[in-house]
Parts: sequence; C-alpha cells; structure tokens
Amino acid sequence: MKADRFRGRLTALMLGGLGVIGIGVGHASMPDSGSTPPVKLNTTADHARFKELQREFKSGPEVTKACLICHTEAARQVHRTKHWTWEFVNPDTGQRLGKKTLVNNYCVSIRANYPFCTACHVGYGWQDKDFDFTSEQNVDCLVCHDTTGDYRKQPGLSGHPASEEREIPKGSGNIVKPVDLRKVAQKVGKTSRDTCGACHFFGGGGDGVKHGDLDSSLSAPDKPLDVHMDATGADFTCATCHATSSHDIPGSRYTPTAMDKKGAMVRGQTDKRNPATCQSCHGVTPHKVQARLNAHARKIACQTCHIPAMARGGVPTKMSWDWSTAGKRGPDGKPLVVKDEKGRVIYDAKKGDFVIAENVMPEYAWFNGHVTYTLVGDKLERTDGVIGINRIGGSPTDGKSRIWPFKVSRGAQPYDSVNMNLVTPHTAGDTPTAYWKHLDWAEAIETGMEDFGLPFSGKFDFVQTEMYWPLSHMVAPKEKAVGCAECHSRDGRLKDIKGVYLPRRDAAPWLDLLGWSAAALALLGVLLHGGLRIVRGWRE
Amino acid sequence: MTANRIYIFKRFERFWHWAQAALIMFLLLTGFEVHGSYRLFGFEKAVAYHTIAAWTLVGLWVFAIFWHLTTGEWKQYVPTMQKVDAMIRYYLTGIFSNAPHPFRVTTLKKHNPLQRLAYLGVMLFIGPLTWITGWFYIFYDQWADWGADGFLSLEWVAYLHTAAAFLMLVFLIVHVYLITAGHTPAAHLKAMITGWEEVQADESAAAGIEQRGA
Repeated sequence: MKADRFRGRLTALMLGGLGVIGIGVGHASMPDSGSTPPVKLNTTADHARFKELQREFKSGPEVTKACLICHTEAARQVHRTKHWTWEFVNPDTGQRLGKKTLVNNYCVSIRANYPFCTACHVGYGWQDKDFDFTSEQNVDCLVCHDTTGDYRKQPGLSGHPASEEREIPKGSGNIVKPVDLRKVAQKVGKTSRDTCGACHFFGGGGDGVKHGDLDSSLSAPDKPLDVHMDATGADFTCATCHATSSHDIPGSRYTPTAMDKKGAMVRGQTDKRNPATCQSCHGVTPHKVQARLNAHARKIACQTCHIPAMARGGVPTKMSWDWSTAGKRGPDGKPLVVKDEKGRVIYDAKKGDFVIAENVMPEYAWFNGHVTYTLVGDKLERTDGVIGINRIGGSPTDGKSRIWPFKVSRGAQPYDSVNMNLVTPHTAGDTPTAYWKHLDWAEAIETGMEDFGLPFSGKFDFVQTEMYWPLSHMVAPKEKAVGCAECHSRDGRLKDIKGVYLPRRDAAPWLDLLGWSAAALALLGVLLHGGLRIVRGWRE
Repeated sequence: MTANRIYIFKRFERFWHWAQAALIMFLLLTGFEVHGSYRLFGFEKAVAYHTIAAWTLVGLWVFAIFWHLTTGEWKQYVPTMQKVDAMIRYYLTGIFSNAPHPFRVTTLKKHNPLQRLAYLGVMLFIGPLTWITGWFYIFYDQWADWGADGFLSLEWVAYLHTAAAFLMLVFLIVHVYLITAGHTPAAHLKAMITGWEEVQADESAAAGIEQRGA
C-alpha cells in the first residue's frame, strides 16, 4: 500500500518535472522549434529513436539480437556471471555452488523444476538440464534494463515473458497479458530497485520469503525503512552500492566481506575490492560525534547496530518452512490450505507448515565471511540434530570475524534415509511426478535426483535444517539504530555471543563476591567500632 | 580553658578534597551501573556521565599535583612508620577509653601516620590503577595503533578497573567513618570545611596558631 502510494507520488513528480523541462527546452530551442524532443539528461541514447527497435518483437531473444547489434560484448559479458551460469566455485572452499547445485530450505532446488525457477534466470529457455549456456541471443537484457515495470517473466515459461494471453496458474482465472516488447525495448535504461527486486525481493517463492532484508517494500522505501534507498531522499538503487562493471555484480552472498578494514574507496584504486561494503563509502571511523562507537567497529559489523530488525516494511518473511507436514488433505479430499487471521498462508498441503514474521530481531554470530554448504551429495553424519544447509565460519579470535546479524531460516526437508544425503524433489510442473500436483514424495524425489544424476534409495525421511542469511539491507537511520543497552545488558541481543567482554553483560562473579564482601566487611567493621565507641561513651 | 586553632587546610585543598569526593562518589555510582550492579540512569547515560566525570577528575588532579609540587605540600604524604603502632593501638583500644589522641596536628604534619599511609596508598596505588585501566578502557579502539593489542584484554582491563573501584569503595567507607575519630567526633569534618582545626593550648607549639579566650 505504502509502496504503491510512493510510486504514485514519484510518477507524478517525474511527470511534473518532465513537463517543466519540456517547457524550458521549448523556449531554448525557439528558432527551429517543433520536431526536436526534449533533451534526456539521464542517458546519451534515446533507445526509442533507434531504427533497430522500431519494430514488433515476437520473443525475448529477438529483442536481444537487436540489442547485440550495438552492444556487441554485452551477452558474452553476462555469460561470465553467476546471474547467467547459476554456478560459482568458492575459491576458499573449492565447493561448487550456485543455484544449479545448491539446496536451500525453501523450495529446496531447481532440479527438475527449471521452467519455474528459471523465471528468475537472466536468460530465455532454460527448461531442462541441457540448456545452451553459450547462446548469446538467449541472454535476457530486458529483465535488468526494463524501466517500464511492464516486463514480467512468469514461472513456468522457462524465463520467457508471456508472448500470448495466458491463465497463470491454470484454472485460477488470473489472465496474464503478453508483454509489449517493442515498448519495453525502446525504454531500456539503467537497473533499478524494481528490476533487481523483480527476482531478489521474491526469492524463496514469494514476496520477502527468503532474505528478510529484501522485499517489495524496498521498491520505494521511506527513510526509516532504508536510509540509503529512501525514495524521496538519497534514492539509492541496488547498483549504487553493488557498483557494477562488465555486468558482473559485486557483493555476493557466497563469499561475503565480513570485515573491510581498508576505508573509503577513492578513484584510481585498482585492487578488486567489494564496493558494496559500508566501509567502501563510510570509511572505518564513520562516527564523528560518538567516537566510542568507532571502537565497536573492531568487533561488530555496521549492520549489527544499523539494522535493528528485518522485515520492517510490512512484508513478512518466512522464518520456518516444515516440509514434513506437507500432503494433508481437507475433509473435501482437496489439498489443505490454512491461513492466519490476516489471510496469509501458514499451511499449504503442497509445502507444509510455515512460520512467517515481521519486524524480526536478527540472530547474531561471529562471522569471517567463510560459508560452507551441505551439498546434495554430502553424507549426513547424523540426522537427529539440525543440519546446517550452510555453516558460517568465524570466531572471536581469528582476527577476521565480526559479530553479524543473520536471518536464520529453519525447517525440515526430505533426505534419503538410506544413502544419508539431502535430496532435490521435483515439485513444480504439470508432470506425472511433480509433488505439487500429486503429493507423492517418493516419485518427486526420484525425478529430482535423476535430473541431478544422483542415486535415490526410494526411502526418505525429513531432517531439520537451518540456513544463515547475513543481513545488509533495510539500514535504518542513525536515530533508529540499536541502542547501547540492547546489547549491554544481561539478557540483551548479544547474550549468547562469546569471546568478547561486554560491559554490563559480563562480570567476574569471583571479583564481585570479593569486592562486595570487602565493602560489606568494611561497613560492618566501622559500624561495630562506632557502636562500641558510643556504648563506652555512655558508660563513662 | 583555652582553645587554639591552626589553619591546616587551605582553600584550594578544601576545594580539591570536596570536588574529588563528589566526583569519586559519582564515578562509583555511575561505574557500578555500567558494571551491571543496578539500573539508575540507563547504560548509555551512565557511560556518558562516567566519562565526563572521569575527565573532570583528571583535570582536577592535574591542578592538585601542580599545587602540591609548587607549595611543597607533597611532603605531607611522605610515609613514616613512626607512631603507626600508637595509632593502631589508639584505634583498637584507646579510643574506647577516652585516651588522648596520640597524634598532634601541626601545619607541617596535618595527617597522622595512618592517614599518610592511607592517602599515599590511594594516590599511588588505587588512583593510578583506576586511571591506567580507565584510560585503556576509554581508548580501546586505539590498542591496535599502540601495539597493545597482543597483550591487553578488555576483560582484564575491566576486572582491574572494577577491583580498583571496590578498593576505592572500601577506602571511602573507612574514610567517612574515621572522620569521626578525631579529637572530637566533628573535629576532622569541621577542619575540612573551614580549614581550621582546634587544638588544645598546650599542644600549640607549632606555627600558625591563633589563641582565643574561652
């Protein structure tokens, strides 16, 4: 609601502004007035005036071909990125990561679910494991460079936008109109919170589900929600911090920068630093008035104080997803769906039980930027505890860690109880084995693991898992930052953090006992001494 | 009977004493809140007040040291073991039987030997321990620059600072009580307020004595 209102106001402002510019330009170019449109100041190229784009486009790849006529290197730059490959080899651990291989504890895996998951692939046509990753025309330029807000990639279309009227999902009565590719292509521009957000706000299958600090409320946030992205203030886009060259967006969650000691970046620096850290703009001693707070920065990530809570924009995030309860049917025999008092789904027969929450206080942990994943092929040593889908590195003494805020998403998900490994169920799709259609785990897992080329014993059970998501967005203004006493207390936010002396939280019990005893003895001594003097005085 | 008065605490000295007393009590009050012993101002304010009071006390000490050096009053704190045993015996027994105070106050010796030892202990041990640990506590963020990172731990700095605070508290309790242990119960207090200590006529051998008819 709020976001919509903001967007409306913004549009009005922008239209008003354009009007004023239009009038001004009209006056300035009086002599040969008429045909010249007002000068655009946000770009040097008005794509609407390019002959190549003044035509109808039947599909996304057709648009890309037109883009590549001028932007000859663009597609092959995109080919080098995680956004295209969905693959990333962690240089620290050697683990092969990326959406192509990872599991999480939301929708679990893309395996055998490609047409749905690849709605968020920066490409066209990834419908099975044989997708051609060398195709240039299958790079999707528009999903990142759209400025109209009309460009949508529907789940189920393998990354294509709707090219004809469709009912999605089938039988829902929800008619999706085809995208006017000509209009979208002519209005391409820089990326925005909306283009990045089209996928990153909706990770995990819905608005705000996955990250906790990324949801549609950041489309046009106010200042209390995010001091940088404040739509009527600093109005940062994602790329303001994730400053990109060659289409390779820095600031990856696979290898986060947990500690940046290098201070603000200046022009001419050639080292390959992550430009998305707080320090890359603010330096390492950003607190001018309260210098004591700079001392805190040695042990504490900026985010820990400056992101007091996640999911603050009115969109709940999913804290827990328990797949083990999926498959229940109602009295009518239909798959059961349960909603909370606000009408939000908290049980879905296709997915299981959810816990959703807003304004959630993060959990805190020492973090050095190292993340190790439990991959599908990894043997689970035991399944009576909680499996870390990812495990974060960090300790108070390694000199590389700071205390970071995390969203920890918890849940239970299927595993192969004979081979003892996580599995990748085939959930989405109109196929004979899709779980969401038939609610049969064994078949769904079989299909998913087959796609992976991994064995499935046929026996499965559910194991509890947790996954750590470091928080970096929804940065509050300083007045709303976490107050001192919220950590400096016995039962505060950092009550479980070890390895650091926290005044007011920590004290040595033996020292307190010794100190107070000494004070009490002194008091008792002087009272006795004084009392005796008084008694003797009376007698005299 | 004749009562004599000697002027033993000069104006600056009295200002120093009372300002220091107020600051130390306030530092104990705010310090033990920061430590977690109770809640009074709230952690954030307690830290701010504690820091301001600490720097104020540093300023006061700079003046006090300067004053002691330039006036030669530092000699008042040169320790002596002479008559320490008499003082201890007085506090343990004599004081209960109205025995005469074994120490004669003069302007050159205004503290009895136990006071000398106690105040010297405060100034040479409790004070510096508080200051040094407090200094490291405040400048925690500079440790790396000083190269103190390797051998200092905030934990032990805080423990020592707390221990110093407890010692100061014990001193304060005993000190406040012993105010009443002068020639008369109010004599010490009066002297620290007015500067004048009353002494008996036959004890007024030293300089700076004013005779007054009774």
